[in-house]
Amino acid sequence: MRLALSILTDALAYGMVLFIISIGLSIMMGLMRVVNLAHGAFAMIGGYLASYAIRDLDVHYSVAILLAVVGTILVSIPFEMLLYRRIYRKSDPLIQVLMTIGITFVIIGVVNFIFGPTLKSIPLPPLLSGPLDIGFRSIPTHRLFVVACGVVTALSLWWLIEKTEFGIKLRASVDHSGMADSLGIRTEIIYAVTFALAIGLGAFGGVVGAEILPIEPFYALRYMVTFLVVVSVGGAGSIVGALSASLLLGLADTTGKYLAPEFGEFFFYLTVIVIVFVFPHGLYGRSHA
Amino acid sequence: MSEFALHQVPARRHVPLVQDAASAMAIVVLGAVGYFLFPDDLAFLTRLIGIAFLVLSLDLVTGYCGIATLGHAAQFGVAAYAVGIACVRGVTDPLALLLVGVFAGTVMGLISGALIARFRGLPQLVLSIAVGQLVAALANKLQGLTGGSDGLSGISPGKVLGLYNFDMYSRTAYLFSLTVLIIVFVALSRFVRSPFGLMCRAIKDDDLRARMIGVAVYPRLVIMFGVSGAVAGVGGALTAMSTGVVGLDSVSFERSAEVLVMLVLGGAGHLWGALGGAIIFMIFEHIVAAANPFHWMTLVGLLLIGIVVFAPKGLIEPVLTLFARISGKGRAS
Repeated sequence: MRLALSILTDALAYGMVLFIISIGLSIMMGLMRVVNLAHGAFAMIGGYLASYAIRDLDVHYSVAILLAVVGTILVSIPFEMLLYRRIYRKSDPLIQVLMTIGITFVIIGVVNFIFGPTLKSIPLPPLLSGPLDIGFRSIPTHRLFVVACGVVTALSLWWLIEKTEFGIKLRASVDHSGMADSLGIRTEIIYAVTFALAIGLGAFGGVVGAEILPIEPFYALRYMVTFLVVVSVGGAGSIVGALSASLLLGLADTTGKYLAPEFGEFFFYLTVIVIVFVFPHGLYGRSHA
Repeated sequence: MSEFALHQVPARRHVPLVQDAASAMAIVVLGAVGYFLFPDDLAFLTRLIGIAFLVLSLDLVTGYCGIATLGHAAQFGVAAYAVGIACVRGVTDPLALLLVGVFAGTVMGLISGALIARFRGLPQLVLSIAVGQLVAALANKLQGLTGGSDGLSGISPGKVLGLYNFDMYSRTAYLFSLTVLIIVFVALSRFVRSPFGLMCRAIKDDDLRARMIGVAVYPRLVIMFGVSGAVAGVGGALTAMSTGVVGLDSVSFERSAEVLVMLVLGGAGHLWGALGGAIIFMIFEHIVAAANPFHWMTLVGLLLIGIVVFAPKGLIEPVLTLFARISGKGRAS
């Protein structure tokens, strides 16, 4: 029972981190159809910026998160204008894969050149660092914080996409960008805003999840595959899909690591192969063919 | 892409073997340059040839069938481990070990082909990654067989044809690898011009149309994966024999991504593109990565972006145009 509870809390927190980072990628792949392998690289930039802000500029954790998100979006703007615009929607996956791998390599090289190739810690404020007693047992406060962040992210995204005018335009562009264009929706602005939103969410997840996915020099490469897999299993562009895929894969991975540490990765990827083979467009995805 | 494909279809066949003989001669010349100018770097050059097999093998599925895969190192790695295990368990004849590698690579290729070739686009990419990572996880965990993260060491193959020993200067390994490369390259260049190879290219250009004229697409792709696995297996076997160790890096995601970069750098859809990409990339890596790995990553990244933006057909394209202009009739290679 105790073991089951530990697995569940860890899986939930891990799944939520995966969700916060991957949902940005999922929206991007749903709308722009870009297989963005560099998403983890932007999450890494967020982590490095936050670590720098807290340890060297001595600002509060919340300010650091804000700085990291804004800073990462600023960094990503030239990439969007010069490179990503070329590959929205039309190119074949090979071109997209190559360009975004190239971007990942450049970001890893430059970031480590500027900040130094070491593991970056993001110190938690005292409020979040201790354990919290929830009656029958105590769990780390940070885990709860991550789960709360995940829930808030999911709810506000749902509100943004389902209830606002921007959401309506976004859904119209996803369904048929040409038609949306001719109805007077400026799709290139929708694309740019969505790109910034996706990158911002990635950076946010990178900072908040740094306790679970530590920020290290090869972060972008190590988790590149994980984020892509989450989106692919959930179905590109679907919030519910990304959430269920994150929790499912988080559970598979955490359970595997607790019960059979020898074969953790193995079960993770076996699950992925089975799911993708049975549902090629993801659990909640739609065919774009 | 279509006019590009047209270039490679031989219009006339006066002397059927002249093109193959020219390819073989070119590789012999390149090999001789390596052998005589860089006698101290033969170990590196042997490793280069091993990787070149993997790039050629990737070219078969990515360049000729249009399948985007990021898990191709699995074929290479499985063959390398199979050869290593066979050698440690007592099979020491290099030619027998080569066959073991080819067999293991083919089996792995058929398995991954059966999984990957069923889909297109994103599911295909993710499946290829997942298959590659699955193999990597297995290689890491089956420590009794593979040595896990320590790598599999103690591979000491016997004499080639019972005559030539693997020496510490890698002379034998280099010449042996080069010979195999020439044979495989000529065989492949005939294979991709065969009706089967041309039909694969048709599937790549328009798989719906290929299906409409009655081509069984899926079996063809799986067979192509098998052939590609065999070629990767040759590379894995040669690398395992010449270096004497097989590490986890031979099945890693990084290896798969790297060979894709090499292929695109040289030019996918052309065997010389694959070979040239491997040579250029490996030599640059040898020089720059030794100095600073992060500078190397930045450089590779910039190179990739540059290739995608400015020369999506790879470096082979200007060379082909030049050839076409010289021969005057648009008949390249």
